[in-house]
Amino acid sequence: MDIDPQDKALITAIEDGLPLVSNPYEAVGAMIGLSENDVIQRLETLIEEGVIRRFGIVVNHRKIGYRANAMVVWDVPDEFVSKAGRALAKLPYVSLSYQRPRHLPDWPYNLFCMIHGREKKAVEALVEEAALSANLQDIPRAVLFSGRQFKQRGAKYSQAPAKVGAHA
Amino acid sequence: MDGEFRNQSGLTEFQANLLNDFQRDFPLCPQPYKVLAEQLGVEEKIVLDHLQKLEEQKFISRIGAVVTPHKAGWSTLAAMSVPEEDLEEIAETVSACPGVNHNYERSHDINLWFVVTGPDRFAVETILDEIEATTGIDVLNLPLVEAYQLDLGFPIQWN
Repeated sequence: MDIDPQDKALITAIEDGLPLVSNPYEAVGAMIGLSENDVIQRLETLIEEGVIRRFGIVVNHRKIGYRANAMVVWDVPDEFVSKAGRALAKLPYVSLSYQRPRHLPDWPYNLFCMIHGREKKAVEALVEEAALSANLQDIPRAVLFSGRQFKQRGAKYSQAPAKVGAHA
Repeated sequence: MDGEFRNQSGLTEFQANLLNDFQRDFPLCPQPYKVLAEQLGVEEKIVLDHLQKLEEQKFISRIGAVVTPHKAGWSTLAAMSVPEEDLEEIAETVSACPGVNHNYERSHDINLWFVVTGPDRFAVETILDEIEATTGIDVLNLPLVEAYQLDLGFPIQWN
């Protein structure tokens, strides 16, 4: 789906976060030639249309002690994947639930969800609970805990692809 | 130290509330920080000072928009199986690509996981091709097929 170039410019202008000044939308507007009112109205529209799914403080969960971050992946028969994905999504401790393609033979899993917690053991218990709740207890799964964090920051949609070699 | 109680992350109750309460529905009005200040019962300047500090200390990644996948561009989840002894170096090469974010080690044979974003699908796939060419390692490309649950933030449990 393509969005309006001006909306794209607005999303780009706030990629690094709203400025910490009294009138942040005015400051953002000044960067891209929109009035404060235009910025507010366009953001409202983007939220209503679902282009922006969340607008607010993005917390660094690792920094506040959520160090056990599990990506739980399941190999669900295709005809059940939507139902299973929706069942996982209803659980309060599941923060993302997505269907993604398999890559056989290396990667048989087609349903992904994220569960965050402070302790690995507690997260493992939640994974068991999730499997029971979503009726996935007999479905093959893998739990991938995050280890070293090499990079984390908000998505940048604006850049042209860069040459990998130039940075290596 | 000012003697005020701090939780296990070294945050005051005020800072904890500031982090927790505004993860979504951030006010869309000319002076949003003033709205936060009113809700928390303090002056706007206090809110701005604390947000500044929390950003500097990396408790806050940013204040802004989380964009729905594939609505304002293209993104994919990508993964590679990297020999342990090469992981740091390969991860650094991958992180250096401007379209790459959320680059993590994970506990699996396929051990390096990252998100690539770009203006469109072609741009993202070009980055993946370049990573493959530079590292000599196959890249799994796992773009979203369907989302059942979006990231809406979640209540922080401090204990």
